[in-house]
Amino acid sequence: MTMELDVFVGNTTIMDEEVYQLWLDGYTVNDAVRVRMDGGVMEECEASADVLLSDTMDQYRTFQMCERLLHSPSKLGNQLLFQIPPHRQAMLIERYYTFDDGFVREVLGKKLSKGTKKDLDDIGAKTGVTLKSCRRQFDNFKRVFKVVEELKGPLVENIHHHFLLSDKLARDYAAIVFFANNRFETGKRKLQYLTFQDFAFCAGQLISNWTVGAVDNMVEDMDVDLDKEFLQDLKELKVLINDKDLLDQHKSLVCTALRGKTNNLNEMETNFKNLSRGLVNIAAKLTNAKDVRDLFIDLVEKFIEPCRSDRWTSADVRLYLTHYNNSVHLLDTFKHQVVWNRYMDVVKSSINILHVRLDESEGLSCFMEKKKSQRWGSCSSCRSPHSLAPGQTGGGLRDLFWAPTQPGRQQPVGRTHRSGRRRSIRKKDSLIAARGGLPHL
Amino acid sequence: MPGKLKAKIVAGRHLPVMDRASDLTDAFVEVKFGNTTFKTDVCHKSLNPQWNSEWFKFEVDDEDLQDEPLQVTVLDHDTYSANDAIGKVYIDIDPLLCSEAASVISGWFPIYDTIHGIRGEINVLVKVELFNDLNRFRQSSCGVKFFCTASIPRCYRAVLVHGFVEELVVNEDPEYQWIDRIRTPRASNEARQRLISLMSGELQRKIGLKVLEMGGNAVVGYLQCFDLEGESGLVVRAIGTACTLDKLSSGSAPNTNTHMHPSTAPASNACNSPSKDGKDVSVHEFLHIRPVFGEDMTSTSGPPTPFRALPTTSSSLPPFSPSKPCSRQSSSSDTDLSLTPKTGMGSGGSVGKEAGPLKTLLRQQTQTALEQREFPFFTLTSFPPGFLVHVGGVVSARSVKLLDRIHNPDEPETRDAWWEEIRQEIKSHGKALGCHAVVGYSESTSICEEVCILSASGTAAILNPRYMREGCLDIGITDHRFEEPSPPSCGFCHIPYDELNMPFPAQLTYCYLCRRQKVPDVLFTTINLPAEAAVTGKGCLIQARLCRLKKKAQGEVNATAISNLLPFMEYELHTQLMNKLKLRSMNALFGLHIQISVGENMLLGLASATGVYLAALPPPGGIQIAGKTPGDLSAEHHILTIQKRINDTIAKNKELYQINPPELTEEVLGSPVPDSRQRSRLFRSHSESSDEVSELDLSHGKKDAFVLEIDDTDAVEDIHSLLTDAPTPTGFYSCNTEIMPGIYNWTSGVQMFTSVRVFRLSNANLTNQGLNKIFTDLCENLLKSFYFKLRSMIPCCLCQLNFTVAVPEEELIQVTVTAVAMTFDKDQNQEMTADKPPAKGGNETEEQLQFPLELCADPSSANCQPASKASGVPECSNFSSIDRCSTWLELLRLKAHTIRRGSVKTISSLERSSPLPEGRSRSLRSNRSFGGISVTVVKMTPLSFLPGTRIIKYLGIINMFFIRETTSLREEGGVSGFLHTFIAEVFSMVRAHVAALGGNAVVSYSMKECMLMENPNKNQAQCLINVSGDAVICVRETDQEPTPSTASI
Repeated sequence: MTMELDVFVGNTTIMDEEVYQLWLDGYTVNDAVRVRMDGGVMEECEASADVLLSDTMDQYRTFQMCERLLHSPSKLGNQLLFQIPPHRQAMLIERYYTFDDGFVREVLGKKLSKGTKKDLDDIGAKTGVTLKSCRRQFDNFKRVFKVVEELKGPLVENIHHHFLLSDKLARDYAAIVFFANNRFETGKRKLQYLTFQDFAFCAGQLISNWTVGAVDNMVEDMDVDLDKEFLQDLKELKVLINDKDLLDQHKSLVCTALRGKTNNLNEMETNFKNLSRGLVNIAAKLTNAKDVRDLFIDLVEKFIEPCRSDRWTSADVRLYLTHYNNSVHLLDTFKHQVVWNRYMDVVKSSINILHVRLDESEGLSCFMEKKKSQRWGSCSSCRSPHSLAPGQTGGGLRDLFWAPTQPGRQQPVGRTHRSGRRRSIRKKDSLIAARGGLPHL
Repeated sequence: MPGKLKAKIVAGRHLPVMDRASDLTDAFVEVKFGNTTFKTDVCHKSLNPQWNSEWFKFEVDDEDLQDEPLQVTVLDHDTYSANDAIGKVYIDIDPLLCSEAASVISGWFPIYDTIHGIRGEINVLVKVELFNDLNRFRQSSCGVKFFCTASIPRCYRAVLVHGFVEELVVNEDPEYQWIDRIRTPRASNEARQRLISLMSGELQRKIGLKVLEMGGNAVVGYLQCFDLEGESGLVVRAIGTACTLDKLSSGSAPNTNTHMHPSTAPASNACNSPSKDGKDVSVHEFLHIRPVFGEDMTSTSGPPTPFRALPTTSSSLPPFSPSKPCSRQSSSSDTDLSLTPKTGMGSGGSVGKEAGPLKTLLRQQTQTALEQREFPFFTLTSFPPGFLVHVGGVVSARSVKLLDRIHNPDEPETRDAWWEEIRQEIKSHGKALGCHAVVGYSESTSICEEVCILSASGTAAILNPRYMREGCLDIGITDHRFEEPSPPSCGFCHIPYDELNMPFPAQLTYCYLCRRQKVPDVLFTTINLPAEAAVTGKGCLIQARLCRLKKKAQGEVNATAISNLLPFMEYELHTQLMNKLKLRSMNALFGLHIQISVGENMLLGLASATGVYLAALPPPGGIQIAGKTPGDLSAEHHILTIQKRINDTIAKNKELYQINPPELTEEVLGSPVPDSRQRSRLFRSHSESSDEVSELDLSHGKKDAFVLEIDDTDAVEDIHSLLTDAPTPTGFYSCNTEIMPGIYNWTSGVQMFTSVRVFRLSNANLTNQGLNKIFTDLCENLLKSFYFKLRSMIPCCLCQLNFTVAVPEEELIQVTVTAVAMTFDKDQNQEMTADKPPAKGGNETEEQLQFPLELCADPSSANCQPASKASGVPECSNFSSIDRCSTWLELLRLKAHTIRRGSVKTISSLERSSPLPEGRSRSLRSNRSFGGISVTVVKMTPLSFLPGTRIIKYLGIINMFFIRETTSLREEGGVSGFLHTFIAEVFSMVRAHVAALGGNAVVSYSMKECMLMENPNKNQAQCLINVSGDAVICVRETDQEPTPSTASI
């Protein structure tokens, strides 16, 4: 029985989370009905296909009407058209802004321009995400970028306030915005094995250490642009490789510290100068926009690849970097300790994560090929923690809204660095450990 | 009382972009009341302007205050061209005129435009200062409270119930004025909205005046409708029940109906009704009734009504004026007036026949207000305990009129006369049933081109005048007694008429609870199930649906055709209802509402009601199929199969609705009161069913069951359609009354919804059968859809399912449904036991008291023990009085209206009803419900209460009318997208108004009208929606609060 007109409006807007997800994923009404039928909802409630179709249409219409509001989530809270309980609002927003890691990986670091938008169908085909969903995700990135661009204050907090996203999701968006703004190259073959979450972690490090915001928290774009002065100062680090004495002194300090702690001491010793030169050179070149973009490639080429050819383990890398970093403090003649710290904090943790990831794919000869077609499922990395977040905190926008001020959260900016950063690394480690057990390839 | 109206415009937000260049808006606001207009400054370049204006003051008379809405228009300032309107807000300031309602209106209102819908919001502050004016000749009626709620509002006490008030105003429809040709659709829509708003205000004021004249201070069950007659005008009419209400102090608020209680005792005495089980069902007699349909007008007006309310202002006078003697007298004198079946009804009569009576009616109309009250009608559907003594049955009347024959369309006289006729007919039908009043009264129209069907229906009843008097005088006692359990009703179904002269053929038996009074085999009513009624099992929604094709025609030919069809439709609907009722093994219908809607080439009939099994009535017999052609083997086999299916269905339904009245044994029957036992024996000895006394009522295959004859294919179809009604899925119940009989422990989950479906008939040459099938499927699918959508609320019940059908165009069928889904706690037993303790403790009802206690221990041993009361019998004697006989003779003619297909015989098996402590268990529920009400959320419900909450204040009536039009239908998602948005917008505007009044809920909400016109070819659509309800503040029921005994009234 096809209806000329068929509507159902509740005083409290009725929304089915399953249908919402189908809508977000870009399913057409008919496809969504099919999926729901396969899901067994019909048997469960003695419904017929007609009923399911009518319900799906109603819901799709509702979502379309809501979409306008979701573009500026703060409106959803005080609009009068739909009566939606707060925890539902949070769910709607969170899900609307949730993205596919596979998709974001493809556009990460690209300019969020019309040009990129035109390529969405290719990306969609590649990642298996519907074009509709790609558009939504891309528009979300763009929208967040546009709004945050002009705001003062910490990036993550701004995203949090304006889009009412959970802490995790806000952080991810901060990474996307940061990458898009600095146009970091992530698409090269050598970087293919890295997931969005890996980059997001690095972005977090970069934001809290290298941006203007790391030293001054009330500037425009503070968290989006790298601190020019700092980049300039990095040139000073060259002394570490140019001054022969300093270089030797550094090397012997590191080797002494490493003695007895690793089996790869020899390789470390022989490679020391090479590696050190690599890292310091990367630092010195960062005044160049082009070299900033290539930061990750450089890290891989200049450090990770040499380590791998020597078969260092991740533990080796961590150990080496720790001592490489710490030993500099013992160099009396080296005057740029602060800059060094600021630089190395990021490099250290980034290299760690980059190496660990590579380590994980150890033994899989063709991992590059596979990586390409694989994307992290929603299970481990992204979707489920997001959708859980509102429920866990007891629901309510208020919780989400005020979350950043709660203790124990990772601070987006560099003031409370140490504790915050460590915490996040530790968290990351556990995540990595968990992943190691997953047969994800 | 002239007054000063003050308004302040605070701010706006989310305004639309009006200036493409800057993506901003230069907004300002015009505030208009009557003919005065103020403007705010322009707030440049902002989508969230802060005007923070001064207070705009309007000095006006109260007449205007009542009629006019405050009109707030938001505009975009344009230096070079005309300012563009963004949208408007109409604010009804009526709630501010009553000291007991809201004191200030303050809040965010959606800015509404008839073309674009909601465009942002505006924050407005409104106050009124009233000056005292003791002018006797005033035209205003400030201070009269209006309630849509069709019962005594929760935090009030009825001091007096004065009776029926009605009013009707007519105006030219702006859509049909010549100027409409040249003005924009927006201007025309706004003119219409404004006019209806004005007319509603005027109507309310006039009704208020009538109420004041009667000495009342409130109108309850206020029902306002508008008829778009097209060329002949726009009619806004309203009916209601005038009352004098007393606000209860907050402490006693939960006990709203307390004062009513004392009456229960007298009532029970009066009819000697024994208490059955210990439930707090109070003892009133109720009369039963069978529908009486009348489709033609009786034009004579009777002598002054017996039932007139005295215009008393002092509460010491008998509050409820209709007195027995009076009624008796008039009923005999009225005899000649009523029910002479007319031929050539309807159209023919609409103009020609009217000339004579019209004059009479006109004369009457101009008479004093006293005359106005000649109709003993009550729009209430729920009553304080004891108010209702007997229920006679459904009375209804319809009349077909031609709108183009109205002599001067701009004057209300003609329509007044039409309604007067209908009401007279209803009144006489009521008399025919031996009743002096009509309760649950409502009126409606269906218009198609120039043809208009006017309908009225209600439930004939006998009310208890004593009750009101005592309630009034003995307030102290009342309150005291309130704590006690009310004695259980022995059922409320004792017939009001004389059994020897029944108005129609009915099977009478002695009441299954008290064994003293006669009850009918089935009972149809338009009211809610009385809280004190003893019910077995759960109830369910029962619908009869019918389509009838008719030839397209014009004028009188058309009207005649329609009026010829009407009685057949009524008959068919009635038969369907009866069959479905039997199929569910139930014996009574409540909330019966029959709608007949006229289209160009068809008539649609939809009857909805809630079926229940009343413990006092005999168990329904089964349905037996009989073939016309015995000997035909295949036919017989066929019949057998059908019979089996029917029997299976009945058995299944019994299980589904938990209708398992245990058999009542002879011993149990034996009452402590020998006298009553004797009587019941006597009865049995000559009763047809005496030999079956001990049989279980499973015997539906028996010969004396309800017989359906299969004599042609139509009959086969009918039977098939009987069986196609899908049962409600597990976890769901549905009813069209306020609450579901058999469910008591509501939790706080509430979801009100509106659903609209329009079906286009594709096949040009459809038969009646085909149409019926389509129509039935349409309704059934809607219900299925609800069950699916609301599955997350299980266990839940759809209450007050209100179906409205219309034929907006030749091949379209529109069904609009508004209802509320409420969750309940599955685990009822606990509650029931928990209930018991409070049930003890009546001092003067000791005898009855033992039953509740017994039930407590072992419900299965409960039985009916007639309580003998020494006092007593005045009312009884009234009912059996012979002076009605003369009327009854006349009434025998009515049989023609109530013939049924097949013969009806009841299989009687004695039974006792299961314990159903309605009011009591509901009160307990408060302890466990945790209905959270957040400030920002506005709940809406078509019921008069919200479960788990207590209404602490009524803020005024919400009565809103909106028009929405679009010229970009496709872009808005087609007609579904358009209507979906519009309904959501209407909800949001209602919520915003309620919130601005300081309320957090709307009760008794209803969508009176949802009229959709579309023209997809032109990419256009227009829709009109009229909604109403009572804005209230409610709070969570708290644990320490005294148990509110009567939650449902």
